Formats: sequence, C-alpha cells, structure tokens
Amino acid sequence: MTGAVLLHMDNVAKRFGAVQALRGVSLNARAGEVLALMGENGAGKSTLLRLMSGVHQPDSGSIAVDGKNMAFATPHAARDVGVRVVVQEPEIIPDVSVAENVYAGALPRRGRIFDRGALRAQLEHDLARYGFTGVLRPEQIGRTLSPAQRQVVEILRALTGGARVIAFDEPTSSLSDHEVESLFRLIAQLRAEGIAIIYVSHRMKEIFRIADRILVLRDGASVGERPAAETSEPELVRMMVGRDLSALFARSPRSIGRGVLRVDQVTTTDVRDISFEVRAGEVVALAGLVGAGRTELAHAIIGDTPILTGQIEVDGKRLTLNSPRDAVRAGLALAPEERKQQALLMKRSVRDNICLAVLGRLQKLRFVSRAEESRIARRYVQELRVRTPTINQEVATLSGGNQQKTVLARWLASDAKMLILDEPTRGVDVGAKADIYAIIDKLAAQGSAILVISSELPEVLGLADRIIVMQGGRIRGELTRAEATEEKILSLAILEDAA
Amino acid sequence: MTSSVQEPAKMAPATHMALQRRVLAAVGVQNVSLLLALVVLVAFIGAQNSNFFYASNIATIGTTIAIVGVLAVVQTVVMLLGGLDISVGSQAGLTSVVSAMVFMATGSALAGIAAALALGLCLGLLNGVVIIYGRVNAVIATLATFAAFRGLANLVSDGRAQGYTGVNHLFVFLARGDLLGIPVLIWILLLIAALVQVMLHYTDIGRNIYAVGGNATAARLAGIPLNRYIIGCYMLVGFVAALAGILLTARTGSGQPTSGSQGLELQSITAAALGGVALQGGRGTIVGTILAVILLGVLENGLIILNVNSFWQDIAQGALLVIAVVIQQRRAGGNGVGLP
Repeated sequence: MTGAVLLHMDNVAKRFGAVQALRGVSLNARAGEVLALMGENGAGKSTLLRLMSGVHQPDSGSIAVDGKNMAFATPHAARDVGVRVVVQEPEIIPDVSVAENVYAGALPRRGRIFDRGALRAQLEHDLARYGFTGVLRPEQIGRTLSPAQRQVVEILRALTGGARVIAFDEPTSSLSDHEVESLFRLIAQLRAEGIAIIYVSHRMKEIFRIADRILVLRDGASVGERPAAETSEPELVRMMVGRDLSALFARSPRSIGRGVLRVDQVTTTDVRDISFEVRAGEVVALAGLVGAGRTELAHAIIGDTPILTGQIEVDGKRLTLNSPRDAVRAGLALAPEERKQQALLMKRSVRDNICLAVLGRLQKLRFVSRAEESRIARRYVQELRVRTPTINQEVATLSGGNQQKTVLARWLASDAKMLILDEPTRGVDVGAKADIYAIIDKLAAQGSAILVISSELPEVLGLADRIIVMQGGRIRGELTRAEATEEKILSLAILEDAA
Repeated sequence: MTSSVQEPAKMAPATHMALQRRVLAAVGVQNVSLLLALVVLVAFIGAQNSNFFYASNIATIGTTIAIVGVLAVVQTVVMLLGGLDISVGSQAGLTSVVSAMVFMATGSALAGIAAALALGLCLGLLNGVVIIYGRVNAVIATLATFAAFRGLANLVSDGRAQGYTGVNHLFVFLARGDLLGIPVLIWILLLIAALVQVMLHYTDIGRNIYAVGGNATAARLAGIPLNRYIIGCYMLVGFVAALAGILLTARTGSGQPTSGSQGLELQSITAAALGGVALQGGRGTIVGTILAVILLGVLENGLIILNVNSFWQDIAQGALLVIAVVIQQRRAGGNGVGLP
C-alpha cells in the first residue's frame, strides 16, 4: 500500500551551542503516506525540519533522497531534489501580486518580456487543480494576505516547484476550521498522487484524521513510532510529556463582580456595531473564524487603531483613545497574537521585557533602580514558572511558551485590570499551555477581567465563563459556559444567518 | 577521596574562564575589538613617527574629536531609536553662523550661545515633526533638512564667515581653555557622553529608547508614547548640534556656514556604526561610540602625521563605514542580500 521511501534521515544529530537539539533521530517518508511528527516545543521537530530543508546541516547522520545520500548545503539544494518545508510564517513579498509571489523566480515569459496573461492563467489553473479556487485572487497584493492565505501561497510554491516530499510545520495554527478542512482535503489529494507528506502538529484530532504513521520526539530523541490505527490520544500524550492532560483546564471558584470593560456600539473599518461587557473575575472568550474581526476589535479597544463610532468604558469612565498609551493607563493590556513582532523585544533580556510597561511607575526623578526591576522580574518569573536560566537571558532564546509567559508577566507586573489575550497559546507546547491556562484561571479567581481570543474550540470551552461568537466583523451570538458546545460555537461562526 | 583532592585543581581554570567571560561580557566583544584595533593603530603610527606620542599631539587629537564626538553621541541616541539624523552637520553650520551673528549684534557671548541652542532645539523639533506628522522616513526627512539647513546657513551669512569671536573670553575659553590641564573641549565631550550614558542606562527614558528601537510596535502597545520619544530625541540632537556649532565658532573665531561642519554627518554616523550601534536600532552603547570616535580621530591624525594625501581620509572614512556595517551584519548572522 505504501510506496517507496522518498526521504530517509538516518540517525541525524544537531547541536546548537550548549543545546543538543537532536540526538540521533531516524525517519522514513514514503510516497503516498502521511507521517505525523509530534512532540512538545523543544522536542526537536523544528530542527528536524530545518535539516530536511537545508537551512541547517546535521552534525552527524545522513539524509538520503531516493536512496542517494544528499548533503543539503542550502534550501535550494533541498528544493532541487523535491523536498519542501511549508513553514508557519512564509516569506511573502509584500508589494507584488499573489501570482508573482507563487511563481517568483520562474515567471512565465515571452522572450525577455514578462507575460502577465499567462501568469494569471497559470495561477488560476493551479488554484483549480489544488482546490484553492476562491481562496486567493491572482491579483491580490502580498501584504493584504491573511496568515491562512500566506500558507496557501507557500503550499502552491512547493507544489508548482515539483515537490515530492512536503513537510507542513503546524499548518493549522493560523487557520480557521473551514480552512483546515480544505487543507486536509488537499493533503488527502497529494497523498493519493504519491507525494510523501510530513505533518507537524500539536493537535491530536488532526493527527488522527490524516496521519498514517506517527513519530513522537522528546528532548531531541525519538520516543517511538506507531501506526495511527494502533495508537490512541492518551498513549501519544504519555509518549510526549509523560503525563495526563485531564488537568489541563483547572478551574477555581470565580466570583464575578462589577463590569470592568464596556464596549458600546463600536464600529471600526473592520468591525460593526460591537457591544459587550467583561466583568471582574470573568473570562470571556471571543470565538470565530480567522478574519472574523476579533484581532482587529482587540486592537481598536486598546487604542491601536481608530474607533469610528461608539465608545469604550473602563470602570464606568469613558476612555478617549488616541494611542495604546491611553488604554494602558486605564489598566487595559493586550497580549497580541503576533508575539514576536508586536510584543517582545527579542534581543533583550527577560527582565527588560517584563519591566517594559512598569518603568514609568518605577521611576523616581526618571531614574529606575535596576535592583527593583530585577526583583520584579524574578518575582514573576517564579510566579508564572518562566523557564529561563536567569532573568538576563535574551528572550529570543526561550521557547514559545516561555515567551508568552514573559508577555503575561509584563502585564501582571503593571497591574493591568483588564487583559486581552489574543491566541495566548499559539505555537505553545502542551506543558506550557497547561501553565498558561492555570495562570488565566488564577488571575480570574483574583478578580481580573479577561478577554481571550482563541481559534481553538476546546480552549474556548475550557477557559470561558461566557463566549461571544463573531462572524464577518459582527457579533453573531453569545453563549454561557453551561450552554456552549463546539457545535453551537461553530454554527454561529460559520452559518450565514445563525443568530 | 581522590576526587575531592582533584576538585580544587579543576575548579581554578574554570573560575578563571568564568571571570574572563564576565569581564568580556561587561566590556563587550565589540568594544574589545575596537580597543585592539586602536592599540594596533597607535602602535603602527607611533612606530612610523614617534612625534605621535607628544602630549601636544594627543591634546590635538582630543580637541579635534570633541565636536564630532558630541555629535556621534547624540547620533547614537537617534540610531538606538531606529532613526538617523543626516542633518547634524548642517545644523551645526547654521547654529555656528547664528551664534556669531547674535554675538556681534548684541556683544554678548551668552546671548549668542543661547540663541544658537534655542535654534538647535527648533531645528530638531522640525525634523521630528516632519518625520512623525509627515510620515517621512527619517533618512529622507533629514536628508532634506541637511540640504535646507545648509542653504539657510549660506543665505543668512551670504556664504561667508560671520563675525569675530576671538576677542571674547568665553569663546576663547571654550576653544582653547583648560581645566586641570585638560582642554575644555574634551571636558565638554566627556560631560555630554556621561550625561547621555546616564540617561540611557539609569532612567526609564533611556530604557524606553532601546525598547522603541528594538520593537516599535511592542513599545507602542506597552504604552510608550513613540511620538514624544522621536521628537525628544531629534530635539536632543538639535541641541547638541547647536553646541557643536558654538564650539565650531569658538575654534575658528567666526561663524562658519559650511567650513568645518561639512562631513560631520558622515563622521558621526560612521563612529556610531563602528561603535556597534545597530542600524535597525535597539542595540549599541555610548562607550562603543566614544571608542570609535577616538579610533577615527587617531586614524585622521595618523594620516596627517604620516603625510598621507588628505583625500585618502575621505576614502578611509567611507571604507570604514562599510566595514563597520559588514562586521555588524556578519555578527548578526543573517544572509546577505542576493545570496542563496
């Protein structure tokens, strides 16, 4: 049933400085088969992909394509023999069209003249062939693409480049549920065409839906490989972390108090007529598809983008929002979806990152005491269990989960009373996810008001006291914790006239 | 037992290494390389011509680098913020002319100095306003004011040196006086460098400057008022550029629209880049910049002492700027543009 081994990695090892990222991992990617790679962040999945795509070279071990040993000196070398990795955040040329992005480097020409008509026809043909018609418009400009569309561009690049081994690195983390469905259909199609697929994900359900075999990594080593039909979620979780996930959503008793944030008929360029309230000690989730306007709403509430009509009240006082500074001063805080681009000073220390929003309050005659900063940083590193050697560690070297905890620590240090968390567990491993859920629960129990934007339905159901579902820039419905189910949320998020 | 005997012997080199690493971390790899380059350069020039080591020559180097030094210090601040100020030389030229003209008109050195400093603040404010409210890229905005300020300096001065300050005690003191045997010019450089260093490292303002340069979006979402910081930094540059203009007037004895200030923008940017200030902002130190200023001063002096054609100095300067950035990029570890 399964075809020939297209890509074989034998006992590859890789060390970065003091960290042994991979300690001898072997894998086979076979034609017409989906191999899932699982493991916590830091288990070595990303490193394995980077060796595969020629970004890094293994210290020892070998990589063979079609039985021939290869040394991928560059990503080009890997592409030339048909090995492609579809990364989470693909490189998109911001100012050229989708078509030019897809075929960059191999644009159709007539003589030396670039053939715009042929380019368009070619893209439309390929979109239809791979089932993406309607997802992308050929003339759409790179910078306007959503994360999901960017991923589609990257997939198209791989396919049109003649890839025979395609690795997907957590492709669904930026996709909404119906986009995930089309991705799965595509993967099934590619599999049927005899392409070898490697699929990296944290999400159990996806893995069981599409994988033929599952390889689990832990601490840079292979823990074991199982045919998907012969294993179970609990077994995989045990292999990955060695512990049970039933306690993932701890829930302390919450006493819901007065209203903290009131959003009153807010309209911006992206959302229309939004009204809701978040009270002290309450976790409200904003559910919906990617592109429903949730992130845009969060940025409007925080004063990052202008509000056209309507108003925001905090503790009953109307806010004048000229910039995020006004919101921060009123006690609002946003942990944005794009942590690296929008929240973290990647090259600076954990301490500097934690203390970023509290400096203004620490200063006496504008002087800030380093000792005081260190004390605050240590306190929150300990409280949120940020895994870092010291508070002087550069944030870029931490895992996604610990980076997110650093962002949370920043807002706890500044005593924000209203936290808006946009996809707080995006790209975070299972262990750190549980930690972040526990932090959110504890904050709510202590009386903070929390608004969580999440595209993961189990997360929404596990965390929230109330769930607001958005679709197309509007609120389509609100569900209490008791009445909410995945199906109800999904139907509000997707169906045209559900209300 | 054996292990406990061996342990101290093993420990010793380990702690020694740790100490070395700590010292290196405190001084900074960049600064160590600058110091090494400086030592090599001094040894080379000194070996060719021992006059280099005369106290008078050292003092000459010190006073020549003072003006470019103060500008490099504030250039470092805007670069940390992620900006650039190409107009510093023109600002110095314009304020130099104005300080001399106001001095001539009023007879008061203090009035001349105050007028120049106030004008400097306005020029900086103008740069900041153009960048923020015109949403003009900092390089383009200050390239435009670089030309405009120079034109204005030539306009008000008719393109000629203005006034004569060589008879005024204050101007003479600034140019040629000394305190505790060290020229006033060097004191001024040290004072500005020290003040800026304190601001960058011990105040929330400085820390926020690094934050804005490191990630402007993150800084904005954390409630840091970006516009205020951008305007503030450009005004600081304007103020210090006016100080440089005053020192220029004092040294030459008259207000100079272009002579002496031409090229200061290139020199100050080169010094900051060579000193390790990241062009993207967010990284760099005053110590590094000052070391680079000294290095450039010694190089210039060396070329003169060794009778090298003075046109080579410009070539050396340009080459150094490229080399400094190449080193920066290599250390950052990114791929070069156009490389696979």
